[in-house]
Amino acid sequence: MNEINNSLMNTGTLWLPEAISDIAGSVDSLFYFIFWISVLTFIGIMGVSLYFLVKYRASNNKPKEKHITHNTLIEVVWTVVPTILCMVIFYWGFTDYMRLKTAPGDAIQIRVTGEKWLWNFDYANGTNTVGELAVPVDTPVQLIMSAKDVLHSFFIPNLRVKRDLIPNRYTTIWFEANKTGSFQIFCTEYCGDGHSNMLANLHVMPMDKYQDWLASGGGSNKDMPLAELGAKLYKQMGCNACHTLDGSKSVGPSWLGVYNSHRQLTSGKTVTANDNYIRQAIVDPGSDVVAGYPPVMPTYAGKLSDRDINAIIEFIKAQK
Amino acid sequence: MATTGTSFIKHEVAHHFDNAEQEFESAKLGMWAFMAQEILFFSALFVAYAIFRYLYPEAFLEASSLLSWKMGAFNTAVLITSSFTMVMAVNSAQTSQKKKTFNFLLVTILLAALFLVVKYFEYMSKFHHGIFPPNYFNAMAVFEQVPIFFGIYFVITGLHALHILIGIGLIIWIMRRTARGEFHADYFTPVELVGLYWHFVDLVWIFLFPLLYLVG
Amino acid sequence: MSTKTIKNYLNCETGIMSWLTTLDHKRIGVMYLLFIAISFGLGGFFALALRMELLTPTQLYLTAKQYNQAFTLHGAVMVFLFIIPSIPAALGNFVLPLQLGAKDVAFPRLNLASFYVYVLGAAFAIFSLFNGAVDTGWTFYTPYSTQSDTSVISMTLAAFILGFSSILTGVNFIATIHKMRAPGMTWFRMPLFVWALYATAIIQILATPVVGITLLLLIFESTFGVGIFDPALGGDPILFQHFFWFYSHPAVYIMVLPAMGVMSELVTTFCKKNIFGYKLIAYSSLAIAIISFLVWGHHLFLSGQSSYANMIFSLLTFLVGIPSGIKVFNWVTTMYKGTIDLKTPFLYFLSFLFLFCIGGFTGMFLGALSVDVHLHDTYFVVAHFHYTMMGGVVMAFLGGLHYWWPKMFGKMYSEKWGRIAAAFVFVGFNWVFFTQFILGTKGMPRRYYNYLDQFQPLHAFSTMGTFVLGTGFIIMAVYLIHSLFKGEKAPANPWGGLTLEWVADTPPDHHNFHETPTVTTGPYDYEKAGY
Repeated sequence: MNEINNSLMNTGTLWLPEAISDIAGSVDSLFYFIFWISVLTFIGIMGVSLYFLVKYRASNNKPKEKHITHNTLIEVVWTVVPTILCMVIFYWGFTDYMRLKTAPGDAIQIRVTGEKWLWNFDYANGTNTVGELAVPVDTPVQLIMSAKDVLHSFFIPNLRVKRDLIPNRYTTIWFEANKTGSFQIFCTEYCGDGHSNMLANLHVMPMDKYQDWLASGGGSNKDMPLAELGAKLYKQMGCNACHTLDGSKSVGPSWLGVYNSHRQLTSGKTVTANDNYIRQAIVDPGSDVVAGYPPVMPTYAGKLSDRDINAIIEFIKAQK
Repeated sequence: MATTGTSFIKHEVAHHFDNAEQEFESAKLGMWAFMAQEILFFSALFVAYAIFRYLYPEAFLEASSLLSWKMGAFNTAVLITSSFTMVMAVNSAQTSQKKKTFNFLLVTILLAALFLVVKYFEYMSKFHHGIFPPNYFNAMAVFEQVPIFFGIYFVITGLHALHILIGIGLIIWIMRRTARGEFHADYFTPVELVGLYWHFVDLVWIFLFPLLYLVG
Repeated sequence: MSTKTIKNYLNCETGIMSWLTTLDHKRIGVMYLLFIAISFGLGGFFALALRMELLTPTQLYLTAKQYNQAFTLHGAVMVFLFIIPSIPAALGNFVLPLQLGAKDVAFPRLNLASFYVYVLGAAFAIFSLFNGAVDTGWTFYTPYSTQSDTSVISMTLAAFILGFSSILTGVNFIATIHKMRAPGMTWFRMPLFVWALYATAIIQILATPVVGITLLLLIFESTFGVGIFDPALGGDPILFQHFFWFYSHPAVYIMVLPAMGVMSELVTTFCKKNIFGYKLIAYSSLAIAIISFLVWGHHLFLSGQSSYANMIFSLLTFLVGIPSGIKVFNWVTTMYKGTIDLKTPFLYFLSFLFLFCIGGFTGMFLGALSVDVHLHDTYFVVAHFHYTMMGGVVMAFLGGLHYWWPKMFGKMYSEKWGRIAAAFVFVGFNWVFFTQFILGTKGMPRRYYNYLDQFQPLHAFSTMGTFVLGTGFIIMAVYLIHSLFKGEKAPANPWGGLTLEWVADTPPDHHNFHETPTVTTGPYDYEKAGY
């Protein structure tokens, strides 16, 4: 899985993962406010029920009494008190929601495009990345998001932000992370076979590092050996959403043993999956589709440099 | 008026009702409840229409001008007349006038058929000009949302036509029962209920005509 | 047992045709019950299949597509074929005319027709199973559903047809409740189950047609195009969600309201107490029915709906919770100074009370806007609606089934095994679904085929619970079927109930009552009955 850290289960409290923004902390306060009201009321209701169960069991002989069928005071009380509590929760939830929604004017803007099944990030300086979102710490960041094909939803649990992405329309979220590190991003609106692999990573870094990262076009991979870079891109670019490495069939063919194998195409032709074919399959995936698979792969032309494509080919070669 | 003559069949109250009045009232209430669901059924389409007309007023204006308001107006007149003949049919049934009931129902059916014939020619002339539902739309239009109008148009008029067809079937059914002499002053529930249905179908069209044909 | 058998609705006519063409509401109810039980089994099978796959973070034995089909079919079968018809169509059909002191529902032929419409819808659903099972989720969100190459059309057509079955039942019940009450049964002498069915029928009639037309539009959209949900033409995919939830949120009350009705019956009978706050409970059913039409937007908090709309929907969502809370308080207070008998149906009452409270409280987390942003579309939502739908509706259905079983079939089931099964179901259910609350708050999104390794312990734990839950249902199936053949003969009124169905024979006569009963008091006057 495209997992870089253990940011959810083993951080934070029993119920919530670590919060890395001020607003997230406030959301958590409301969560626990409702939580404790619920727990106390629940114990109350169950406790009273249990008491009645024991006290008024049929086997306990008791004197006949007049049946009480209503009591206006108590009925008004248990209508009004919960209503007031609910209004408090409503108000609190709404005001925090407005804070979550209203981005400060000076926020850094990053464009996010969701498509089956990967996340594209476009920065103002022209840098674009897939599956890796870098933001500076202690700085407001606004994401302007849109979907290419179907609905998606962008979710960063540690920041308590989430918003649907819709084709032909823009939606936004904003946050101000107060802690550096790497955090998980999910797609939370069902979008098909690769939905659960439509993941990305959020990297919160100090401003100077962020500037370097931007200047290098999204982190430099120049020194990385090709096959190693290929392994990184396999996850980062979302190849893993459709191509397994263990030979099992997913949306697309597995990469295990695929290099230099003979492939039957939907057109009836047979090709050898050599460097040229793989390159073509990456930049123009609709052209020669292997028989038995749907023609759903998006093109990676413009998203991958020549070196990146070579790296992926090397990585595929290594899958024997 | 009492049931007279031998040409009528006496109505037996179903076993689970206490009397004819309870039976009639139940049937009528049930029909009204069913009408309520019919209104809600069409309402979503009207809501969709309202939203997109609000969003794309120019496109709706252009699309509407492609419809023949004369045909629409003619059909409106046909349906209003058929509503009138339906009222007369119900009235005749209530007064045990078998022959009149039958004839008025017959006229109603003929008018309904006329409506469908006009509708058929309307559809055909649209298809002829390449005006199809959006997936097959190939007519020239200035605004790119014109196909949405026709998407809604075909769905809503198509469903309305289906209701007319069902109505014709129902009227044929009560005509046969009328001929057998089942309806008279003491029992006319099915005629009344079908009448109710028929007025509803007319009413939908009376809303549709200005909304679809007379935009602008 | 004497050799002479008294004629009842089960043996007055014999042969398969006498069932298939019956107009008797009791037989129609029993036929519904059979189909609903089969649907529950089918839905349960899919549930088990997908929980097994979730034992491991990556592929275990299903492909991604098969997994997506499994959760879609689980949802679609459970919602459209099981829960919606469960209490109204099966138990309601059997019990409603009996409780009203009527001979039948107002339109027996329509009743049979709605059963066959249900069967037709079920046939389409089953057909879609074998014809490229649908993978869109039971909500059929556009534009995914118009692009999917699976059998979206036959499944949506199935849901459309099933909707009509539900509407016809609603029409029938409204006319029945208005016009078929026994002499002396005023509105405020009706049993609360009848009140609940009345409120349910209102929603069935006013909400179901909207989802009907919506699904029809979806079918047209994916065949020849309408454009209104298609962003490429200027349409709006979110409009589909509005239409869909305008029905589907009230629909959860189509499921829950009858369940609450059953609860009111169980608590009075097994506590031998007059209900506390009869009118408040009756009115709260109507209040829920009305407000339920105004809260659909809380499914769209994150869909790009305006903040103003979100505020209104959040407020109304809290308001719709209040009447449910009132009912809970009333039931608990009814137990006060009662004569409580812990029979199997009452155990399901207690399960309902426990689980439905959790379902309701977790609803407050989701109704609060800021907290919902975090929890939306996570396992927290999955756990929440299973607590209300399964912990609520299914527990009430089982309670009602055990309560009316002797009346329906004239046989008693094993009380001992009934209690054991109830315990298994209760423990298993919490095991499976409470775990999922934590998964959700920790950030695990729903409808995930693969998941992060760190979630595995909780997922595996949840999956283990399904076996306990499943065992409970298997035990139940065995002793219920066993009781049909070997069960003790049931007396006319095994629980000491006061509503009219207990006045009728067990099983009831073909015409329900030998003579039409006359009603002189409210439905739960146990004080007069000597308790």
